[in-house]
Amino acid sequence: MKDTEGYVTADGRQIGGVLMELRNITLKFGGVTAINDISFDIREGEIRAIIGPNGAGKSSMLNVISGFYTPTEGSVWYKGEQRPKMKPYEVARMGVARTFQNIALFEGMTVLDNVMTGRLTHMNAGILSQAIWWGSARDEEMENREKVERVIDFLEIQNIRKTPVGRLPYGLKKRVELARALAAEPSILLLDEPMAGMNVEEKEDMSRFILDVNDEFGTTICLIEHDMGVVMDLSDRVVVMDYGRKIGDGSPDEVRSNQDVIDAYLGVPH
Amino acid sequence: MLYRTAGQFKTSYKADQALFPVRQDAILLGVILAFAWVIFPFTASEFAFQTMLIPVLIYALAALGLNILTGYAGQLSLGTGAFMGVGAYACYKMVTLFPWMNPVVAILLSGFFSAGVGVAFGIPSLRIKGFYLAIATLAAQFFLTWLFEKWAWLYNYNASGAIQVPNIQMFGIYVTGPQADSIVQYFLVLGIVTVMTLLCINLTRGTLGRTWKATRDMDIAAELIGINLMTSKLTAFAISSYVVGVAGALYVFMWKGAAEPNVFYIQLSFQVLFIAIIGGLGSILGNFLGAILIVGLPVVLNLVPGALGIPISSAMVEHLNTMIIGALIVFFLIVEPHGLARLWALIREKLIIWPFPH
Repeated sequence: MKDTEGYVTADGRQIGGVLMELRNITLKFGGVTAINDISFDIREGEIRAIIGPNGAGKSSMLNVISGFYTPTEGSVWYKGEQRPKMKPYEVARMGVARTFQNIALFEGMTVLDNVMTGRLTHMNAGILSQAIWWGSARDEEMENREKVERVIDFLEIQNIRKTPVGRLPYGLKKRVELARALAAEPSILLLDEPMAGMNVEEKEDMSRFILDVNDEFGTTICLIEHDMGVVMDLSDRVVVMDYGRKIGDGSPDEVRSNQDVIDAYLGVPH
Repeated sequence: MLYRTAGQFKTSYKADQALFPVRQDAILLGVILAFAWVIFPFTASEFAFQTMLIPVLIYALAALGLNILTGYAGQLSLGTGAFMGVGAYACYKMVTLFPWMNPVVAILLSGFFSAGVGVAFGIPSLRIKGFYLAIATLAAQFFLTWLFEKWAWLYNYNASGAIQVPNIQMFGIYVTGPQADSIVQYFLVLGIVTVMTLLCINLTRGTLGRTWKATRDMDIAAELIGINLMTSKLTAFAISSYVVGVAGALYVFMWKGAAEPNVFYIQLSFQVLFIAIIGGLGSILGNFLGAILIVGLPVVLNLVPGALGIPISSAMVEHLNTMIIGALIVFFLIVEPHGLARLWALIREKLIIWPFPH
């Protein structure tokens, strides 16, 4: 079977075996082929980036991974097993958490409640217990609050925990969204353009958080990003997509010197 | 000054997530409960019980049920009146089929019937949203009221087609029917409403409440973070319809004493919806404020001209009533679309920092 030993990154981190593997994924919407026969893997503990020009199919790829789209052809292998057709919420319960390109927070709730929703997959007290706020429901609430507070500390959003999300500025919303995803303690974290629309300072903060998450919790991260500098600095391996096809895969340095990638970004006719 | 929260420190998450993290809220609620449980019952006249106290509680409970569905879970419903009817008819059938049954137990059980009907009519919500769902619940409204009229078994083949609440005793005291005292009925209603409100507060601030609110605010994101939308929506329909059904049973058994199918027509649905909207969607307190306004305003408008010695015909009062309530609804929706509950929240926020502006 495929190698499980992994590799060592440039900065000396040990990367483990294959956590998720996408085999020959094809995704069609009617006559449009959004993803065309793409295979790649995501290894335990690594930061994997998916890049490509607009409309390359990156977000579709992320939607396939998070179960929002079912691929037309091909299969998703997760923790060594082929994943059957699943509803998105079932995928989330298997330890896949994500953030969204356009922030998808629950605007009517406070930051704390938003992050607590990330723990819903870990909470299963009965309705009766919840109604009387006693027994398992209350214990669960306290336990999970404690875990959520750790995430809130980690992402430095303590001072806004009781603020309704609707009142927050964009950069903070992005951070709250990351907090919600992290609260689920996912095995794999999908970030859809975590730095879109941020200024340099916010990007630096976000990059630091992403590295810290990976470092401290050992979370595997798969991200889509347009800022090449950020991608090249953060990620261990990069997949490059263009027009639904994979045109490059490898370490940032390999990808940077790949002629197809350069052509795709500079717009050579093909 | 009175509402200053400075100095109230929380040292545990338990204290922070208590029902009333701010001491003044608890005191205020204690005062309100004291009024409701002690002062009102022993000072109110028969007229006050029948026109204010009992209906306010029942309407508030119905609005609370609707609010769980519409305000918390974001599923618009126009079938509240019919779901109240289901509760009322179920309760009527139970006490007539099983005369030995405790009336309070019958009232609480009747909620389960409307919960079942609510879930059945909630199934379309898995596919449709917003206005389209409202139309689907409208179908429930018309179908159920039609059933109340046509299915004679429901009203025990009465010639009048109405349900008549029988006199039932509990511990030697009449609690329903024409022989029951208002004060007894008031205490029963108050007890049920108090307990159910407390349970609903707990549900809406816990796991289930967050599931509902997530479904309301952004259903796609909710599903992608692991919420099963089907369970989320159907539990909202079930619990909401349960509360509404109990309110319906109380409406007939503890207040009206008799009901024809036309009581549960769409006017009732709208009345409850107005209470929920004016009170504030997504708030528990709002249901009570809205009910006080909607129930209390006509009473006040009826009394004021007489008290001032202005000769106005009762028909005129009726017209004025409709106009003023209509105007008030428009006014409130413009000034504070989030309802009376938000108004109170803003006042409270100001009080906490008073006398400083921010």
